[in-house]
Amino acid sequence: MKQLMLGNAAVARGLYEAGCCVISSYPGTPSTEITEEAVKYPEIYCEWAPNEKVAMETAFGACLAGKRAFCAMKHVGLNVAADPLFTMSYTGVNAGLVIGVADDPGMHSSQNEQDSRHYARAAKVPMLEPSDSAEALEFAKLAYELSEQFDTPVLLKMCTRVAHSQSIVETAPRVEPAVKPYEKNIGKYVMMPGNAIRRHPFVEERTRKLQAWAETASIDRVEPGRDHKIGIVTSSTSYQYVKEVCGDTYPILKLGMIWPLPDQKLIDFARSVEELVVVEELDPIVSNYCSALGLAPSGEYDLPRLGELSQNIVADRLTHTFPMGRTIDDPIPPRPPVMCAGCPHRGLFYTLSKNKCTVLGDIGCYTLGAVAPLSAMDMTLCMGASISAVHGFNKARGAEAESRTVAVIGDSTFMHSGLTGLANIAYNQSNSTVIILDNSITGMTGHQQNPTTGRNIKGDPAGKIDLEALCRAMGFERVRVVDPYDLKATDAAIKEELAAAAPSVIISRRPCALLKYVEHSAPLAVDPVKCVGCRSCMKIGCPAISIKGGKAQVDATLCVGCGVCEQLCGVKAFRSTKKEG
Amino acid sequence: METKNIMIVGVGGQGSLLASKLLGHLLMEQGFDVKVSEVHGMSQRGGSVVTYVRYGSKVSSPVIDRGEADYIVSFELLEAARWLSYLKPDGQIVTSTQQIDPMPVITGAASYPEDLVEKMRAAGAKVDALDCLALAEEAGSAKAVNIVLMGRLSHYFDLPDEAWQKSLEAIVPPKFLELNKRAFELGKKA
Ligand SMILES: Cc1ncc(C[n+]2csc(CCOP(=O)(O)OP(=O)(O)O)c2C)c(N)n1
Ligand code: SF4
Ligand code: SF4
Repeated sequence: MKQLMLGNAAVARGLYEAGCCVISSYPGTPSTEITEEAVKYPEIYCEWAPNEKVAMETAFGACLAGKRAFCAMKHVGLNVAADPLFTMSYTGVNAGLVIGVADDPGMHSSQNEQDSRHYARAAKVPMLEPSDSAEALEFAKLAYELSEQFDTPVLLKMCTRVAHSQSIVETAPRVEPAVKPYEKNIGKYVMMPGNAIRRHPFVEERTRKLQAWAETASIDRVEPGRDHKIGIVTSSTSYQYVKEVCGDTYPILKLGMIWPLPDQKLIDFARSVEELVVVEELDPIVSNYCSALGLAPSGEYDLPRLGELSQNIVADRLTHTFPMGRTIDDPIPPRPPVMCAGCPHRGLFYTLSKNKCTVLGDIGCYTLGAVAPLSAMDMTLCMGASISAVHGFNKARGAEAESRTVAVIGDSTFMHSGLTGLANIAYNQSNSTVIILDNSITGMTGHQQNPTTGRNIKGDPAGKIDLEALCRAMGFERVRVVDPYDLKATDAAIKEELAAAAPSVIISRRPCALLKYVEHSAPLAVDPVKCVGCRSCMKIGCPAISIKGGKAQVDATLCVGCGVCEQLCGVKAFRSTKKEG
Repeated sequence: METKNIMIVGVGGQGSLLASKLLGHLLMEQGFDVKVSEVHGMSQRGGSVVTYVRYGSKVSSPVIDRGEADYIVSFELLEAARWLSYLKPDGQIVTSTQQIDPMPVITGAASYPEDLVEKMRAAGAKVDALDCLALAEEAGSAKAVNIVLMGRLSHYFDLPDEAWQKSLEAIVPPKFLELNKRAFELGKKA
């Protein structure tokens, strides 16, 4: 059946059709929907793992047990899971194992722009790279064939424009592969030096075999062109931009497997054209590879190494023409994302800003605490870094820093990689203050459950980690819970814990304002007679409050009545719109 | 057929998803190759959002670039102006006249430009501006702005009314179908 399908949904469909049985993932844009779509197929067991390393190892265990398995993550997630990946390359697989990794060129929702193709090369595992939904489905299935045929994990690489674009796919029924018997094989699966030394030659040989396979496989195909002045090597969404601009003017070598590369095919293609051009997003990986083969791609067509490509960028380099648009003279103010009205994080960040704290932050909705007018964050690096860094900061600067520096970390991020940092504080003893922003969900990536929420990926009851008990068990004697809607209590907690001569954890607890089960109060309104236009309530950056005609005004369609603004008003101008009685 | 380009722009949470779903269904039913592309994530927290819908005999790129859009359908005036450079020389803007202040305007760091419709027209753009929020409320829900806009867009398309109705029925949950059909008609007739 023909359907318009999101790239990520097409991957999920491909996994389903290939008979995948176990999926363990950690959310991350733009990879999240693969697992969210896969969970709709009852034949596949799906879960959210606490982080990508756990997800990948879980998938590995399932493949070892003889069932086709999968894990998905965003590009930076592969950094976290790199450790198992590099050694899984040596062990190989039992049943097929596919790893979905989604890059985010242009950094639509990421902290960096790394190119995950480097991992395929570095870990010596094959990587397939679809250019639309139909290929996403097809490649997911092919990935399992390759995984089992060549005894290797296979990387399936997506990027934002393939993951989050819908195009037409043709679906097929699921094929249920027989469970592979599990056989103990210490030489293959126990990677200690003696065994690993014997596996490494296998890895090198496997790459040569995959290369030989790619020489004749249709996944790396030559599309003929009329004009042999240039020949273009390309893949993924870059291929779509090239087709958009050039149609079938120039010959194209379209790579579906980005690692390893077919040397002879590249050489033959280069010989068939006057000049070789490589069109690839981010790092010059294929380009450098061609250079190493002595094929010297033309420098004249060099592409930017920053951000996404587009048809205009490709047109600019290849044909030197592209359309221009019209503009108006007025500056257009940006519209950055903001914390929702009633977001529980807001009260906490207001309090940190008021106390002039140095805030070592982390990644999640709460990173928006760095945005004006709150501007209450000093650092964001990678998941979990807040806690480790506050310890380092305090060790470097001593008591003076300990009295005003905090780490802030979300519940999902804490479970992902905050625990080990906390263990370091407990063990090496800095008087650090760690604030866990427990909004009972993984907000930033679109509201996924996590080990602290008590629900699994389907929303069914599941195990629930008790954060207070966990911190106490690690040796923290000062563990307290505050409601961030209560500014006075939040302020007191922060002041006391910063002053304390002991490490402490504050759990700022209040569910995300967008969760369905949360019951909101009636919106507030401002009494224009009482309001003196002092803008005190504007310090929290709630999108529901604005100043119109010198007076504060609340947008009743946005306000959820959290009451944080009201606590800042010195003249009691706010009132509830709740009907009495 | 040469590829046609529609951009749907607005503010995170305004309901562009249903609009692009409707267009995707409609155009696929007409036998076109279709690509619909949007960015999820950060942009959803009240930020600027854009969806690209492309259709024709064979669509390659999933995105629309500067100077390429045949239509820009906008939920909000400032967003129409933000994406103006993406419009083709003879392209058409269909926009709601709603204005939503972005945070820099709320905090006073920037100001919301005035007379945007006139300024876009002065820049040579064809602009069809209407108060979609009022029409949506007339239809029964402020949430139906997306379908009011689709009704308005249908003006510019050479497609039978039944095709739009069929796609509405396929996309909108039965509970809200009557409301959305009203919203579509109000947009179309406005
Ligand atoms: C290694 C890694 N994996 C995944 C992500 C994507 N990501 C960004 S924030 C986030 C989770 C945020 O959840 P939480 O800590 O609960 O904070 P909230 O957004 O709910 O405030 C995730 C998964 C990432 N940036 N890095
Ligand atoms: S989604 Fe939830 S946690 Fe994220 S900004 Fe909105 S209210 Fe806050
Ligand atoms: S009560 Fe105040 S701070 Fe809370 S959502 Fe409403 S306007 Fe915003």
